[in-house]
Amino acid sequence: MVKNRLIETGVGLFVLIGFGALLFLAIQVSGLGEFYQDESFKVTARFDNIGGLKTNAPVTIAGVEVGRVQDIHYDPEEFRAVATLNIQNRYHGHIPDDTFAKILTAGLLGEKYIGLQPGGSEDPLTQGGEITITQSSLVLEEIIGQFLFSKSQEPLP
Amino acid sequence: MIRFITAVGHSTLQLLTSLGRASLLLLAMLRGLPSVLKRPRLLIDQMHSVGVLTISIVSISGLFVGMVLALQSHHILSRFGADSALGLMVAAALIRELGPVLSALLFTGRAGSALTAEIGLMKATEQLSSLEMMAVNPKYHILAPRFLASFLSVPLLAALFSSLGVLGGWLVGGVILGVDEAAFWGGMQGGIDLRNDLINGVIKSITFGFVCAWIAIYQGYDCVPTSEGVSRATTRTVVQTSMAVLGLDFILTALMFNH
Repeated sequence: MVKNRLIETGVGLFVLIGFGALLFLAIQVSGLGEFYQDESFKVTARFDNIGGLKTNAPVTIAGVEVGRVQDIHYDPEEFRAVATLNIQNRYHGHIPDDTFAKILTAGLLGEKYIGLQPGGSEDPLTQGGEITITQSSLVLEEIIGQFLFSKSQEPLP
Repeated sequence: MIRFITAVGHSTLQLLTSLGRASLLLLAMLRGLPSVLKRPRLLIDQMHSVGVLTISIVSISGLFVGMVLALQSHHILSRFGADSALGLMVAAALIRELGPVLSALLFTGRAGSALTAEIGLMKATEQLSSLEMMAVNPKYHILAPRFLASFLSVPLLAALFSSLGVLGGWLVGGVILGVDEAAFWGGMQGGIDLRNDLINGVIKSITFGFVCAWIAIYQGYDCVPTSEGVSRATTRTVVQTSMAVLGLDFILTALMFNH
């Protein structure tokens, strides 16, 4: 009888440890907890060219991550790309509405992300707001194209 | 020439009949599952012998695999100044591949072979036949609880393996090698997706649990009832399960991660 109880306890512990491990993987490793902890608010930004920006890319201010890109779609009326940014709620009301959004690259070959540069306005960005001042991603081919074009305009030596 | 063709035909037919017997056995065991749930005692005893007793080997292996993974990846990643990706690399490798595959292989070595030998010996000493004599269906009372216990244990063991591997990676990477902890955990949480990585890893380990249980029990039940036959069946269990797990892993990876 004692042995039976021991076996049952062992199996119970095993099942609990197994599910505990799954929970650990879900919360600590895949960052599920972070997702639910932080409520966020949405703002949109329109870009001429998003050049390889992907959903879930970080949104930073002064290099600190404050949110993520939630959605990117194309607006056929304006011929521009619209990115929806999810910004953590604790920054709600602290980002001026004349903030400048740039698409930057982490390192030379790194991932694209959005860098926000706060402006001087008194009014803050709120839920559903729009960032109007934006700078598109630098597309390497275009820069090289411009460089070659300006070179060919120069008179031959 | 004719003899060669006959040999090919013979082995093909043998393969097909053994596949057929294995499928019939699987069906019989699945039909026996309700009767197992009515007697949870049988299941608990088997969970103890295949699951609980495998915890030690799986957790120690998981810890060391995670530690080695962190050491090796740190060596290469630091060359490119990408130490911060260490956590992501260790966690992705463990959750997607190493956790499910290695824990299934360890499970076969520790528990699958024991299952085959146990059932094979029961057959050799005619315990299974005597159960049938007493109008007790051995497929329901002996095989089905073992099948269900193995099937349930493997995913839990794989989760344990991955978690301890991540902790081992953190011990080596974060504590000993001094990788920034925020980058370690942050990179991991940013890069590991719940559905794409974790759920797919769990699906893999569930599949492997099914395969491990099925092969081990079939080989035991189908063995030649002599001491030599039992030893051969045990070897076949380990060999066939390992090959099936590694082959299935490739197929599942190709299906799951081909964005």
